[in-house]
Amino acid sequence: MAKKILRINMSNLKATYEAVPEKWARWAGRGLTSSIVFDEVDPTCHPLGPNNKLVIAPGWVTGSPAAPSSGRCSFGGKSPLTGGIKESNSGGMCGQKIAKLGLAAIILEGQPADKKWYTLVITKDGVAFESADKLVGKGMYDVAAAMEAKYPKTALIGIGQAGEMKLSNAGISVNDPEYSPGRYAGRGGLGAVMGARYVKAIIVDDSGGPGVEIADKELFTKGRKALAAAISEHALTKKDGGLNAYGTAVLVNILNEAGALPTRNFSSGHFDTAAKTSGEAIAEAVEKRGGGMMGHGCHPGCIIQCSNIFPDEDGNVLVSKIEYETTWSLGANCGIDDLDYIAAATKECNDIGLDSIEGGNTIAIAMEGGLLEFGDSKGALKLFDEIRKGTPLGRILGQGVEATAKAFGVYRVPTVKGQSMPAYEPRAVKGIGVTYATTPMGADHTAGYTIAPEIAGVGGKVDPLSDEGKGDLSLAFQATTAFIDSTGYCLFIAFPILDIAEGFGGMVESVAGVTGLKITGDDVVPLGKEILKMERLFNESAGFTAADDRPPEFMRDEMLPPHNVNWTISDEVLDGVFGWVHAD
Amino acid sequence: MQVEVTVFATLRRYLPGLPIGGSRQMDVQPGTTIADLMHTLGLPAEEVKVVMRNHLQAELCDSVEDGDRIAYIPAVAGG
Repeated sequence: MAKKILRINMSNLKATYEAVPEKWARWAGRGLTSSIVFDEVDPTCHPLGPNNKLVIAPGWVTGSPAAPSSGRCSFGGKSPLTGGIKESNSGGMCGQKIAKLGLAAIILEGQPADKKWYTLVITKDGVAFESADKLVGKGMYDVAAAMEAKYPKTALIGIGQAGEMKLSNAGISVNDPEYSPGRYAGRGGLGAVMGARYVKAIIVDDSGGPGVEIADKELFTKGRKALAAAISEHALTKKDGGLNAYGTAVLVNILNEAGALPTRNFSSGHFDTAAKTSGEAIAEAVEKRGGGMMGHGCHPGCIIQCSNIFPDEDGNVLVSKIEYETTWSLGANCGIDDLDYIAAATKECNDIGLDSIEGGNTIAIAMEGGLLEFGDSKGALKLFDEIRKGTPLGRILGQGVEATAKAFGVYRVPTVKGQSMPAYEPRAVKGIGVTYATTPMGADHTAGYTIAPEIAGVGGKVDPLSDEGKGDLSLAFQATTAFIDSTGYCLFIAFPILDIAEGFGGMVESVAGVTGLKITGDDVVPLGKEILKMERLFNESAGFTAADDRPPEFMRDEMLPPHNVNWTISDEVLDGVFGWVHAD
Repeated sequence: MQVEVTVFATLRRYLPGLPIGGSRQMDVQPGTTIADLMHTLGLPAEEVKVVMRNHLQAELCDSVEDGDRIAYIPAVAGG
């Protein structure tokens, strides 16, 4: 059975199933969300208005049997945070279930005239529009408990209070296999886009669904096995390897060693007590306290399992999970080294429905602005409560870094296109700075993870402090990433396939096997560039210019300790990264 | 001469007792390379992906100097 597009119109509460038009037929995941947004969303529309849409699309292989670590799902729309196109993707339970219902994408559009809140229940038989009155005002942990009781073994997509208030830092929560709401399509405020459709929660029940068709089973099986072998062999992704044993926070000590761990609102690249917030410290606490786990999988079929469940001192589950980005944004970047605070603040972000990168960075801006001192974890927790309650201060903080910086007169504002930077200092790792500056997404490490060769020695070895070749390096990573973001595979498969050629071939073969697309490894970068081109053109029509592809001014002017380096890559290099968009 | 060494993540098992984020001082002979030091510490070469000398990317064949800080890093990434 051919896949369908499910279009849900909140203006008239109608759901329709449409054949996938030819122009979208070869896309999935990010490629599909960006295609639909490019074709159907006016780039000049207000992100919270009736003309924006939220598009949800699982990847090409998501939901297919035994494709390893392939549960990713893309969320797309016009971002309230950046004003540009946004694709934010998440693990968790929803991607596989949407795919198994035979859906290529869900398009959520319109707004109910009476502004009543709804829960959408999507099954093989259609969509039920249920009143969400009892869920309104609740955080995602309460929402998840209520939904699990009513709809066990389903996927839950939801927004917390931040999305209801349509705050620019509102993310979209997805439940994990334990029905905990800690997986997030966090970046760019897409939770506010969902809130502006007045949808509090979406339940996806794939019972009796048609499943995912495989066009060429032999090719698919060959490809997925080669990919699984590469993941299982690589030191980073194998069982008990770096990611499995320590989670993504394994990077804390490494970036600190490299002088590239942004500290106290990007004023240093080194935090003296960063080790207390590291993956090693998380693993040690999990082992000593009991009640938690390392090596947790965020969706069925993941063989990397980089997630964790962090317990309190008495061995009770506190939160799943503490990521590298989270432990850094709430930790080093705020001058805080208390893991229990980081766990509690992560849970606040998960519950209120905030992107934890932007959320932590916002607290750091408030600290720099004098609202509280760097290192004040108790004060920081109170600020999350302000956001939950929607106080005037909370609504400013919930708008993210740029709005908060304006409110408090802060000059050191680590953003590009309105989105704040993740946990790699671009002055000390130049390639990732090129990605931050030029990706259509706003400052985003996952858009072109040059950290692999610049810091980790994966896919080659490049000097992080050098400017040389960083434009080309970033573009290569951005194009490949746009492709991987369309597969449904976790981006972390990039590490083994960068080092093991058979794994790269296997990834492509598995996509070709599922879809029937006649693609080889040579098509990965060109297809990725097609996606990037759509995204860039959308942003141009939304009003973006070369001036939006720049790191913040302070990074050129202020020297970053400990290496005492500034941003030195020229504007010409930055402009060259996407020069091909109009040259081709 | 003396150098300071540290290891991270999965390599910590080869220096038992080293606190998380901690380092160890070692006496070495002039001309010692980062690879020599790795062997002395009992770190398997196949588990060392990256080495840093004084917080900068380095090579195994680089010689160490008095007061250097050497870090051995296994396969790591994430985000």
